[in-house]
Amino acid sequence: MSTDEAHRAILAVWRIEQPRLITSLARMLRDVPLAEELTQEALLAALERWPGDGVPERPGAWLMATAKRRALDHLRRGAMLRRKHQAVARDLEAEQQIMPDFDAALDDDIGDEMLRLIFTACHPRLSREARAALALRMICGLTTDEIARAFLVPEATVAQRIVRAKRTLSDSGLTYETPRGEELSERLGTVLEVVYLIFNEGYTAAHGDDWLRPRLCGEALRLGRVLTAVAPHEPEVHGLVALMELNASRTAARTDAAGDPILLLDQNRALWDLLQIRRGLRALGRAAELGGARGFYALQAAIVACHARAATAAATDWEHIAALYADLAEVARSPIVELNRAIAVSMAQGPAAGLAIVDRLASEPALKNYHLLPSVRGDLLEKLGRREEARAAFEIAAALAGNRRERDLMQRRAEAAARA
Amino acid sequence: MRFMFIVTSSHQGGPSEALLTEMHKLADREIKAGRMLDNAGLMPLAAGARIRVAGGELSVVDGPFVETKEVIGGYAIFELPGRAEALASAKEFMQLHKDFMPEWEGVCEMRQVAAGMS
Repeated sequence: MSTDEAHRAILAVWRIEQPRLITSLARMLRDVPLAEELTQEALLAALERWPGDGVPERPGAWLMATAKRRALDHLRRGAMLRRKHQAVARDLEAEQQIMPDFDAALDDDIGDEMLRLIFTACHPRLSREARAALALRMICGLTTDEIARAFLVPEATVAQRIVRAKRTLSDSGLTYETPRGEELSERLGTVLEVVYLIFNEGYTAAHGDDWLRPRLCGEALRLGRVLTAVAPHEPEVHGLVALMELNASRTAARTDAAGDPILLLDQNRALWDLLQIRRGLRALGRAAELGGARGFYALQAAIVACHARAATAAATDWEHIAALYADLAEVARSPIVELNRAIAVSMAQGPAAGLAIVDRLASEPALKNYHLLPSVRGDLLEKLGRREEARAAFEIAAALAGNRRERDLMQRRAEAAARA
Repeated sequence: MRFMFIVTSSHQGGPSEALLTEMHKLADREIKAGRMLDNAGLMPLAAGARIRVAGGELSVVDGPFVETKEVIGGYAIFELPGRAEALASAKEFMQLHKDFMPEWEGVCEMRQVAAGMS
């Protein structure tokens, strides 16, 4: 086995164990960022020892024992070795002598510790980028280098973000707290936002990028599933998982052989992932059972579910989608949602009905420079046979488009509209 | 990447109580960690059948199959970052058998699923 392979194998084992290690240590030390540092030390110890000694039979137990030893050392020598900590250290030492391997009692409330870990990593006091980096590092076990490559930023930037974020947590005394009750629901929004940000970062990187970018989708999904386990009664958690599973189910069908995007209605539905669709629909059902059918994420998931349920593009229930967008517009109050509703209405009732909604959006300041507004308008006008107006709309869209691929597409459509 | 683990064994009868308990614990952890998407044990081969095409002929043979030594006992589907993680996971699963049912012998085949999310 090459050194590289050996390291990858060790990192893989460590990733499986890391959540347990970090949550156990956090409970001992009452400090999540410190716990994270000491689990990293356990990894370093494994990287030093295992290539020579071989991977132990029960690597999880080895890592746990090593990490706990570091934590005990820290408690012993630390300047903050107050009486309380001495007592904790004594208890833990006694406990370790009886049970050197596993701490079975921890299994029961690993959920609580996990929740604490997630809420600490995603604390609203931190920037969005820092939250995403900390979550990927502390919960998914990604290395700084992997996070940097996934987000297309230099490694030093990520390292600095993490150091600064941990310092912010320490300075604000936020290293070990779990929101409860109402605060939990409030703070949950921030957590879900981070998870969805990570997902979209991977989802929009459809092709040509480092393989680590698409991997972000998988990590976000995993984070979401972890959340459903530790906060099973929060409907929006299930809503977000449903949205991610259903969107990810189309991954294999989203691009052609050259890596160019294929629009949803043109995709080969045989390539959609049935296992993931089933999981998504189940999560959506759970969100509804918990009374969260009208949540921000659940509504978006319900819209995607309409596509997932349709055997063919022609079988899509556009009336239902239009109604869901109307509900979503009430929750999100976003003109972009309204624009999407216009598309659904045009599919359900014809282009004229859709155009009426689009024209009402023309004065919307938030959409002033949004190229999809004239693009949708051009499309509807073209369907209505108003070709000159369509051409003008596509030209406006081309001028506003953010990248060349889209600009070229809009230009081509403008020319096509003019030709007819 | 998606992986399928298929467990094959010549062992008669099911897993011991102790092993079952540990396997449930591991499965529970893996589901909560968002890694295991699906898993199940399979009913005895006697309840199954083999539908074969050979020499241009299609034949159906009901179980049990006297000549068969190795039987697929169950499967699990995982979503993991890569092959190294899949190997680590499969090894941990098999170590449980070694620890909690020492007389058991068998194979866990780890295979990457071709389609779907990568």
